[in-house]
Amino acid sequence: MSEIANTIFSPETAARFDHLVTIYPLKRSALVPMLLYAQDEIGFVSDEVVREIAQRIDILELDVRNVLSYYSMLRTKPAGKYNVQVCTNISCMLRGGYEILDHCKHKLGIGHKETTKDGVFSLEEVECIGACCWAPAIQINYDFHDDLTPEKVDVLFQMYRDGQGKDEK
Amino acid sequence: MPTLVSHPDEVKVVSRRFGMGAANIEKYIELDGYKAVQQAIAEGPEWIINTMKASGLRGRGGAGFPTGMKWSFVPKQSEKPKYVLVNGDESEPGTCKDHVIFLHDPHAVIEGTMIAGLAIGSKVGFIYLRGEYRYLLKIVEKAVADAYAKGFLGKNIFGKEGVDFDIITQTGAGAYEVGEESALMESLEGKRGVPRIKPPFPAVVGLYGGPTVINNAETIANAPHILLMGGETYAKLGSERNGGTRLFGISGHVERPGVYELPMGYSLRKAIYDVAGGIKDGKKLKAVVPGGSSCPVLTADEIDVGLDFDQMGKAGTMLGSGGIVVLDESVSIVEFALRTIAFYQHESCGWCIPCREGTDWIKKTLTRVYNGGGSKKDVDNIQYLADNMMGRTFCPLGDAAAMPTLGFVKKFRKEFEDYIEGNKAGTPIITVEQLVGAH
Repeated sequence: MSEIANTIFSPETAARFDHLVTIYPLKRSALVPMLLYAQDEIGFVSDEVVREIAQRIDILELDVRNVLSYYSMLRTKPAGKYNVQVCTNISCMLRGGYEILDHCKHKLGIGHKETTKDGVFSLEEVECIGACCWAPAIQINYDFHDDLTPEKVDVLFQMYRDGQGKDEK
Repeated sequence: MPTLVSHPDEVKVVSRRFGMGAANIEKYIELDGYKAVQQAIAEGPEWIINTMKASGLRGRGGAGFPTGMKWSFVPKQSEKPKYVLVNGDESEPGTCKDHVIFLHDPHAVIEGTMIAGLAIGSKVGFIYLRGEYRYLLKIVEKAVADAYAKGFLGKNIFGKEGVDFDIITQTGAGAYEVGEESALMESLEGKRGVPRIKPPFPAVVGLYGGPTVINNAETIANAPHILLMGGETYAKLGSERNGGTRLFGISGHVERPGVYELPMGYSLRKAIYDVAGGIKDGKKLKAVVPGGSSCPVLTADEIDVGLDFDQMGKAGTMLGSGGIVVLDESVSIVEFALRTIAFYQHESCGWCIPCREGTDWIKKTLTRVYNGGGSKKDVDNIQYLADNMMGRTFCPLGDAAAMPTLGFVKKFRKEFEDYIEGNKAGTPIITVEQLVGAH
């Protein structure tokens, strides 16, 4: 039973949030993880998410929005079911990161921060994801895929389309 | 999944358990895990700090501050609780070493956190991982839960009355800036990750206003090994005033990229040509960014230098985070400089004007140069802007953007000038449209 009446989250997430606000010396420390976990469930940080999290932490909605706008992984609009994040920072750039990005754009028919019409994929060019030694690398939602070629990207996209892709939350 | 690599010149300390299934607590215990922390409980804080001082271990995040000394700065008496904070917000482009530690040896981070806690008299540690490392966060969370289940964490750890230690894991949500220690504390307190002014330093006023030791994940993971082998033994593995070994992530144009553990002071030339197998496809070396993207570039003639903090400093660059990025002859330095500053412009939090405006103007100017509309005055302007960012910001992000920029324009000035005159070296990769619209 969630401590918030009419919670917008699933019982599991609501329970997790009930717990999360109790573990830190200050409740507010739960804010960044909560925003991320909320996004994982809802798909983006909606007005309702902002409202409930503000209530849970007992801060202003403005405080939540202020933090929300700082972190690049948090978004206020929906993305595709699978958000493809292509790293083009230096190590990936040297090993074909831009080629992978161009290939994704072409293959999915979308650009940076756009979503396919069927809502399955969205695409994002991102900064270094910490997979430099296994470049070029991408993340699809939270899953890393490295040492890529355009051919390997095709196989990955097909796997995700067929519902066979990894999707750890 | 990151591929594990190996080379005979490696000296494996912190990577000793990689690939051995040590994320499993039983396996970790079998491989001497949680012995060091029990010894630390028995011997006490002074012994821990003295051993760490003797080891010559210097911060593996990039600054290279002596770890034992950092721990000794924390006041013994404090009205506010003290904290240990592990920085796993690994975000410096070219750096992926903490990635493999969390993946292969999460308990070493946990044990190291406990040791740091015992050293400074703290009962709570935080392990902060960047938001992108969700799968690693789950590995660390599982390891923490297993340690609690064994009675290694919580109240009366290892059955020792009155010895308590808790660990809380935390995730970021995408921000390079949060890798800076005071920004990380802001983030952990649920705020925007903007830096705090220093002093006061974290050892006195840190997380939640309490005295705090903040260390990079690799630094912390070394602590148990150092206590077990002895500070002097660890120190001897490295070079003068640079104790031990460290993880080097070699990436870019090499035959065998990967994370290798090499003794401090190991030759950069050998790291590139022997350990990482030389330049990819038999091409020629053009330049090396030796310690993550914020370090000034070295030319192909400058790689006969030992990989430690002091030797790299003498060579006019930095050891940084140990991320060695290798550039072959096909790279356009103009383009590489542009991609580097584009990153810092994107990540500047905007708090300090020299950094916010400086990164933006350098990016704009370099974009014009790259696009073919530059003049020689632009190169002077870039240098002028970067010079004026140095040392004028709360946190090192301003310097981190200025230093590589200065390195590129000073060492490759002729290439910039030739480029402006239409003689473009290297093979361009980025279209300007891609870069400008990107973020």
